[in-house]
Amino acid sequence: MLSRVANSLYWMSRYIERAENIARLVDVNLQLLLDFRSLDDHALDAHWIPIVQSSGDEELFRKLHPRATGLTVTEFLVFAADNPNSIVSSIGQARENARMVRDQVTAELWEELNRLYLFLNSPRARALWRENPSDFFLTIRNGSLLLQGLTDATVVRNEGWFFIQCGRYLERADKTSRILDVRHASLPARGAPTGTPSQADALGWAAVLRSCSAWDAYKALHGAEVQPAMVAEFLLLSDEFPRSVRFCVRHLNDALRCISGVAAGRFSNDAEKLAGRLLAEFQFSTADDIFDIGLHTYIDVAQAKLNAIGDALFQAYIFQPFQTPEEHELRQQEEQQQQSPSSVPSPRA
Amino acid sequence: MASSRPSPAAALPEAFRQYATDGFFDEMMAPDGTVRPHYRHFLKHFGAVSPADFEAKRRAVDLAFLRQGVTFNVYGDSQGAERIFPFDLVPRIIPANEWEKLEAGLVQRITALNLFLHDIYHEQHILNDGTIPPHYVMSAKHFRREFVNVKVPGDIYIHICGTDIIRDDKGNYLVLEDNARCPSGVSYVLENRRALKRTFPEIFEAGGVRPVENYAAELLKVLNFSAPAGVAEPTVVLLTPGAYNSAYFEHTYLARQMGIEIVEGRDLLVRDQHVYMRTTKGLQPVHVIYRRIDDDFLDPTVFRKDSALGVPGLVNAYRAGNVSLANSIGTGVADDKVMYYFVPRIIKYYLDQEPLLPNVETYLASEEKDLQFMVENLDKLVVKAANEAGGYGMLMGPHATQAERDDFRKRILADPRNYIGQPMISLSRHPTHCDGEGFGGRHIDLRPFILYGEKTTIIPGGLTRVALRKGSLVVNSSQGGGSKETWVLYGNH
Repeated sequence: MLSRVANSLYWMSRYIERAENIARLVDVNLQLLLDFRSLDDHALDAHWIPIVQSSGDEELFRKLHPRATGLTVTEFLVFAADNPNSIVSSIGQARENARMVRDQVTAELWEELNRLYLFLNSPRARALWRENPSDFFLTIRNGSLLLQGLTDATVVRNEGWFFIQCGRYLERADKTSRILDVRHASLPARGAPTGTPSQADALGWAAVLRSCSAWDAYKALHGAEVQPAMVAEFLLLSDEFPRSVRFCVRHLNDALRCISGVAAGRFSNDAEKLAGRLLAEFQFSTADDIFDIGLHTYIDVAQAKLNAIGDALFQAYIFQPFQTPEEHELRQQEEQQQQSPSSVPSPRA
Repeated sequence: MASSRPSPAAALPEAFRQYATDGFFDEMMAPDGTVRPHYRHFLKHFGAVSPADFEAKRRAVDLAFLRQGVTFNVYGDSQGAERIFPFDLVPRIIPANEWEKLEAGLVQRITALNLFLHDIYHEQHILNDGTIPPHYVMSAKHFRREFVNVKVPGDIYIHICGTDIIRDDKGNYLVLEDNARCPSGVSYVLENRRALKRTFPEIFEAGGVRPVENYAAELLKVLNFSAPAGVAEPTVVLLTPGAYNSAYFEHTYLARQMGIEIVEGRDLLVRDQHVYMRTTKGLQPVHVIYRRIDDDFLDPTVFRKDSALGVPGLVNAYRAGNVSLANSIGTGVADDKVMYYFVPRIIKYYLDQEPLLPNVETYLASEEKDLQFMVENLDKLVVKAANEAGGYGMLMGPHATQAERDDFRKRILADPRNYIGQPMISLSRHPTHCDGEGFGGRHIDLRPFILYGEKTTIIPGGLTRVALRKGSLVVNSSQGGGSKETWVLYGNH
């Protein structure tokens, strides 16, 4: 498979996943606000800023908007064309990448992605968002889920598929960890949280779970009582929940090995080495280990490791250093020069 | 009661009762108001479609094209807007006897042009004996001096040709220009057919329309045939300028239909005069390149140095015979509108035949007496720059302002070699759905696609382009043109 094609499939997949996660995050937090009465500017800011931070674009947001409100944050995370990670930008990027490899994606997948893009860029999108934000976000989430379903149902399980999987799981692991990090300010810097969380706090943690579509799965396991430590454990370490970081890293690791054909427990490049290591870390960690380090610090380190895997993947498959013919010729000429009489070093006297 | 023949209009479906030919040659309607035989079957079924139904089908097709991304990019549009190429649902129909003549004429033309290109890049007989004045070839913008005496596989220069054909006010088929470089539009032929089949399945049933669907398979055969000697299973790729090219949709479409890799210049590299593509498993050899990039951009070490689309060293690999290109380098000389003037001579010279498809009468500004005639009759002529395409660099004399004509007169006098003149041809018209007026006559042309390999193949049909603006003669997609389905019938009606 062409390196450029692999790269485009990988990014197409990442951007689709990114859009879906932002849609869920904004939607849940808009709904959460309905449970609080009369928040002043300061409280609103305190609510929304961590969400902007989780997208990694706080600086840009501050430049564009003096205050963080539901309106400005939604505008920024959903529609802003100058935010490279907004939903509109992400779907635009996903489509652009798909367009670069039109011949490699199935017609069904392309048409759906194109439809979502056309919708988001039409006046209908803003109209729906104003009338019924919940329906708007549902449309985007469903669009993304449909794309994933179409990918699963129509894409041949060849190399391209595994690059799509890598993009999807790397992005999802990163986003789940970021959504979890939104509430780190309510936790002690180190050590497990103690005591029962306040009602507002519990609602906040429930929103984290809902942002990851994890509410039902969590309840089935732990009941309706929301304990921050258990939420963190669930979203980081669950081996069964398909959006937990551990689950994603396991699938990322599998996909990487399918690309190269290298068996588990071995590696042929840095991406496989780093992914294998990170997986082992999640497999052999407990919630206590995480809280000993501190949730925020732990997540920070994990995100850096995920980034390193992405970089290594790029180095291994996409960016292949090579000599341009000119350089090649140049060196040849240089070598020939050394053989000419004038440049032969004279023997030492 | 005296028996009287029903008036022709009474036999027409309601929607066409007001249809007028306005003195033009009309593809569907004869001057006496009767429907030409090859349109009768279609019209019988098409007439049964209610206006509301037709409108619904039209919207559905437009929406489907937009959703599938069957679009072209408009240059200079900063929004990066993609538009659908407007598609008119009324098909243009060609009966078998007319198609046979067209086909024979096109085969003759591409055969002669390939012989001509081989000759001017080798012995140059046609120049040496004065049949064509040598300076015309030597001064052609796309004549590639670097390729004189380079052997190309099978001596084939033009593998894929998209000749533009028009009909005049008598209905005669005339060649307007030969597109021997990278003709585009074939994907619309295939997509339009799919769309129309979905829209009017009942009309296709027993309609006797010849299929066009095997184009990609035929193209792949031609590309495989042109592989370098000794390569049993060649790797064929399509080289695209990239996703921002106006024909990018077509590139991906054809690559997918042929099951070949679509590559950009940066995916390829040359080592020791062999071409490779960069894959996730390292470098893999490439043998045949269906290139959709102009000569000028192919290789920055030989042609334009600023080309970021090309592959450094590609021309050397081609010269060494390690990779084949379709079309070959240097075919643009056949697209020069001055060379067009000589094509009837070229046919006579190499095949000793009269041209089966005539040219439009043409004046060369570089010939003294033609120049005189041209500058004095600019209000009657269409003037074209010799090396422009897509309707650019053109003066439609009768429709132009005095200032525009004066401007062109200056340009012609400054550089006569670069201009030709032709009488304004009153292109044939075809019933076309027009907003606000139902079905009206609009001017059309035809671009069939000719494949030249082990044998010459022409898919029955082609791209019929239509000037959607009333009275306009410009059919280019960049200038308000649309497209139609082209049906070639098995029979004559």
